[in-house]
Amino acid sequence: MSTPSRYWREIPQRYRKEANRCAPCDLIYFPPRLICPECGNRALEKTVLAEKGSLMTYTIIRVPPSQFKDQAPYAVGIVEMDDGVKLTGQVVDCEFDKMHTGMRLQMEFRKMYDVGHSGIICYGYKFVPEY
Amino acid sequence: MEGIVGYGAYIPRNRIKVEEIAKVWGADAPSYKKGLMLEEKSVPSPDQDTITMSVEASKNALKRANIDPVKIGAVYVGSESHPYAVKPSGTVLAEALGATPECHTADFEFACKAGTEGMFVALNLVKAGAVEFGLGVGADTSQGAPGDALEYSAAAGAAAFIFGRENLVARALETYAFMTDTPDFRRRENKYYPQHGGRFTGDPAYFKHVTGAARGILEKAGAEPQDLDYVIFHQPNGKFPLRVGKLLGFSKEQILPGWLVNKLGNTYSGSSPLGLTSTLDIAKAGDKILLISYGSGAGSDAFIFEVTDHIDKVRDLAPRTRDMLDNNKNYLEYGEYAKFRHKIRKAD
Repeated sequence: MSTPSRYWREIPQRYRKEANRCAPCDLIYFPPRLICPECGNRALEKTVLAEKGSLMTYTIIRVPPSQFKDQAPYAVGIVEMDDGVKLTGQVVDCEFDKMHTGMRLQMEFRKMYDVGHSGIICYGYKFVPEY
Repeated sequence: MEGIVGYGAYIPRNRIKVEEIAKVWGADAPSYKKGLMLEEKSVPSPDQDTITMSVEASKNALKRANIDPVKIGAVYVGSESHPYAVKPSGTVLAEALGATPECHTADFEFACKAGTEGMFVALNLVKAGAVEFGLGVGADTSQGAPGDALEYSAAAGAAAFIFGRENLVARALETYAFMTDTPDFRRRENKYYPQHGGRFTGDPAYFKHVTGAARGILEKAGAEPQDLDYVIFHQPNGKFPLRVGKLLGFSKEQILPGWLVNKLGNTYSGSSPLGLTSTLDIAKAGDKILLISYGSGAGSDAFIFEVTDHIDKVRDLAPRTRDMLDNNKNYLEYGEYAKFRHKIRKAD
């Protein structure tokens, strides 16, 4: 369960998909790293992830963590974004029997979950079929 | 000259038909369809709210504006369904766009005209030179009580407009506001559903304020109805905007490009702003557009825009409103709809 401070720390990634890139290695890190594990480069440049990608694989979650219980069953997929980054995320607004690997998806800003009736509302990206 | 530099819309994919709602409450669907001129309405997914739809509409506006979001100095979200009672929607929106921290943000509430209030203030801050770019958004996930007439129309959607001074897609030629204290519709603190005044929402409320604003802005601009190419009125149902248009001397051809309500429902703060995005999608350089909102309580904001040739360069940088309305639809049964709209109370 997210505390407001943990949620707040992840805002640049959850809201704006901010990543960083090691230019010599041509690798993107999400969430951002301080040091490139490949070459030790500390001068990583800020970048933003692509908005669209293709579904690599997926599963249907029927026994979810407590904060997602009202959303079950739901699909979670690994998506290869157009910049090569592979992301895990919920796939929504799509019937399960219409999902297939290779389908085009795009990110949309959605509610992830509520922290109870009095807590914060956590927002972030999910995937939907491309328009 | 100031005006719109980017515009964007967002409509959820879920729909419910009038027949599906009428079936549950034993109501006569044909009479609702004929009386209110409604066929179906949009429904947000359970993970969508005013904030998520505002972000998507604003991202579409940013694509068309092609500006650095950090230059947006004002972010205003108008809605009657802000997710938090205390905590702004605008902070989430500004952060998601990358407009923080040098940014003035506020949430507006004025029933269905909260969206045009944000647009009015953002435009005039640009006009005053206080900000380089200002964003005004109208968004709602409105609720109608189960079985009430409002349940057939209360829908969800968002429209966003970025105002600036250069590379305009539409110049803002005139603005006008018309407002009185008229208690035709309200929702008290901690009440889940609003209450309305039935027929009192008509002549002394909607029609008085919409016609007042229309006549006021036309007089201010020295224009007649035939001088406008398009007109958009607030759309609480299908009938009211067509009737008020006829009353004021506008033709159906001027109204229909922005008349979305029969397939969309009433998106409250997003209603007339979505009519504007839909009209901008098909307008050509030199076209003049009159926009008149209405919010219960009660008042109307009015704007006259003149489209520039720059619109042809940016129009297809984001999805068009009619495409979002007509494609990728997912029809819900009433039970799913009731779950999606949190009409079913679960145990803690």
